[in-house]
Amino acid sequence: MTAADVTSDSNLAALRPPASNAGFSHRSRSRALRNLVARVVMWLAFLIALVPLVWILWSVVTKGGALLLNSTWWTNSQRGITDRMVGGGAAHAIEGTLIEALATAVMAVPIGVMTAIYLVEYGRGRLANIVSFMVDILTGIPSIVAALFIYAVWVTTFGFQRVGFAVCLALVLLMIPVIVRSTEEMLKLVHNDLREASYALGVPKWKTIARVVVPTAFSGIITGILLGLARIMGETAPLLILGPYTKDIATDIFGGLVPTLPTMINQDRTEVLQPAVDRVWGAAMTLILIILLLNIAGRLVSRLGAPKT
Amino acid sequence: MPNITGVSAVDELSGPERHGPPQGNRASTGRLGDRIFSGTARGAGILVIAIVTLVGVFLLSQAIPALAKDKVNFLTSTQWNVDATPLQFGIANLLWVTVLSSALAMVVAVPLGIGVALFITQYAPRWLRGPAASLVDLLAAVPSIVYGLWGLQVLGTHMDGIQGFLIKIFGRLPLFQDAGVAAASTILTVAVVLAIMVLPIVTALSREVFAQTPTTNMEAALALGATRWEMIRTAVLPFGKPGVISASMLGLGRALGETVAVTVILSALAGSAPWSWSMFNGGETFASKIANNAAEFDSPQKAGAFMAAGLVLFGLTFIVNAVARAVINRRKAFVE
Repeated sequence: MTAADVTSDSNLAALRPPASNAGFSHRSRSRALRNLVARVVMWLAFLIALVPLVWILWSVVTKGGALLLNSTWWTNSQRGITDRMVGGGAAHAIEGTLIEALATAVMAVPIGVMTAIYLVEYGRGRLANIVSFMVDILTGIPSIVAALFIYAVWVTTFGFQRVGFAVCLALVLLMIPVIVRSTEEMLKLVHNDLREASYALGVPKWKTIARVVVPTAFSGIITGILLGLARIMGETAPLLILGPYTKDIATDIFGGLVPTLPTMINQDRTEVLQPAVDRVWGAAMTLILIILLLNIAGRLVSRLGAPKT
Repeated sequence: MPNITGVSAVDELSGPERHGPPQGNRASTGRLGDRIFSGTARGAGILVIAIVTLVGVFLLSQAIPALAKDKVNFLTSTQWNVDATPLQFGIANLLWVTVLSSALAMVVAVPLGIGVALFITQYAPRWLRGPAASLVDLLAAVPSIVYGLWGLQVLGTHMDGIQGFLIKIFGRLPLFQDAGVAAASTILTVAVVLAIMVLPIVTALSREVFAQTPTTNMEAALALGATRWEMIRTAVLPFGKPGVISASMLGLGRALGETVAVTVILSALAGSAPWSWSMFNGGETFASKIANNAAEFDSPQKAGAFMAAGLVLFGLTFIVNAVARAVINRRKAFVE
């Protein structure tokens, strides 16, 4: 930014005694001082913001990192492991987390992407405005309210059991708006010339969207999906209400309890015995690692395949 | 000094460059594929409308019967006896704890977020800008249960000193009275953790608006002899104000609805605990009340009481988000 370069010069001027630059650029000592104070405050703000980040990562790594180096952490479940015993792993929770995230994505991605296509390519008039407004509301829904809603439908109204699938339904509500907004943004970036060129060749509109517009924006859409996945994997509130924990490997989301990393943390968070405490922090570290990997993957995809415009 | 504050520039800004598709149905040939595809797209949109409507309808339909049986005033009572035969539940406590913790969080997060955003856009050396932004964004990648765990077991152990210091100075005020709750589990600790959680939201959006300040405005301020801070005060901040307000509101919406971190940290008080205004008290927010009692939803009556609390939370976050959107829309200062 050119403005910034200009300022660094004027700052030097500001620090010089006022006599040396009389006339237009006269600067009093107090103005220069205020300028300096502002600069220090901004640097401090940034450094203060880094404190919790470093502190949290440090706590998680030092308290839970050691467990992750053990291969049984990635292969075993907690079956038969009690608070006093060292050992066992988080394989059941990792699997459960991934399966639920996948099931959620299978439902949320088509709805989200199609809604975005509707808003960008088709939507005109009242209906489109209402849809857009509703997506905004969905963005702001607290996760506990989404969970309550699914509870009201799934358990109270239909009388089903609390199962993994109900959790997925609640997560779908939270994932849809993320996908709609990111996909929408990417579709808007696709140049109109591409669409018009396609029409000029006699390609119908639906084929233009499916073969030209979506492929052009594809990497951006994938990034949005990965970031959406990262967001819902860390959600715990729906799990508290709809997805009780179990220590065994359980992958049937319709059949009953599916253990996940957040519920694994929640289950033992009040423990005082060291082996259990270690496992809680180990699970926290594992969860952060998975979410971090998804974030990095999302950024890589968007960097490698920026929309070809 | 409206002429150099950038206000006029905001109004002249044409918003995002529109790459909208051709208007109307010119491109559609009405073939079967077209009809199916556009129908599916519209169906997805309608499904979204249906979902949001259903959320409201279902929560209302379950909350109303319980509210009808409620023997105390729902808004002003501090009781919460959903087991009692004359059903008694009120949200005064929940509302106060929710609002107080979120408000305290915003007091910390908004100035800090603005400072960090200004640092990244105006002060940081160029090589540091990208990494600095990513680092702050990383805070958003930490799951809320990890925040809760860290807040209670790590941060909480350091809150004693701060609490003692504040009580010593301001102890006479009701807001700062010692309530006898362990320092790790107070509303203040929750507020600090919430502030950290919303910091990336406030920072990211503020950063975006600040970066959009027209260079000409900034150069004009500098050309008039402004120092860099004066340039920020007269050009960048006025331009970014609506964006910062809406960023803060979105952060507030997040803080109000945060569940797990609050549930883990805050110590829930016994039902008979006396009312206190103190930020050193325990208590429950709407969200943590619901989460703490998830096992108790066995009768429709009890569940209804919690649905009513959930509905109020939904309403609160809705209003906050609506205000945020209104501010953005009225002054098209930034592109989402």
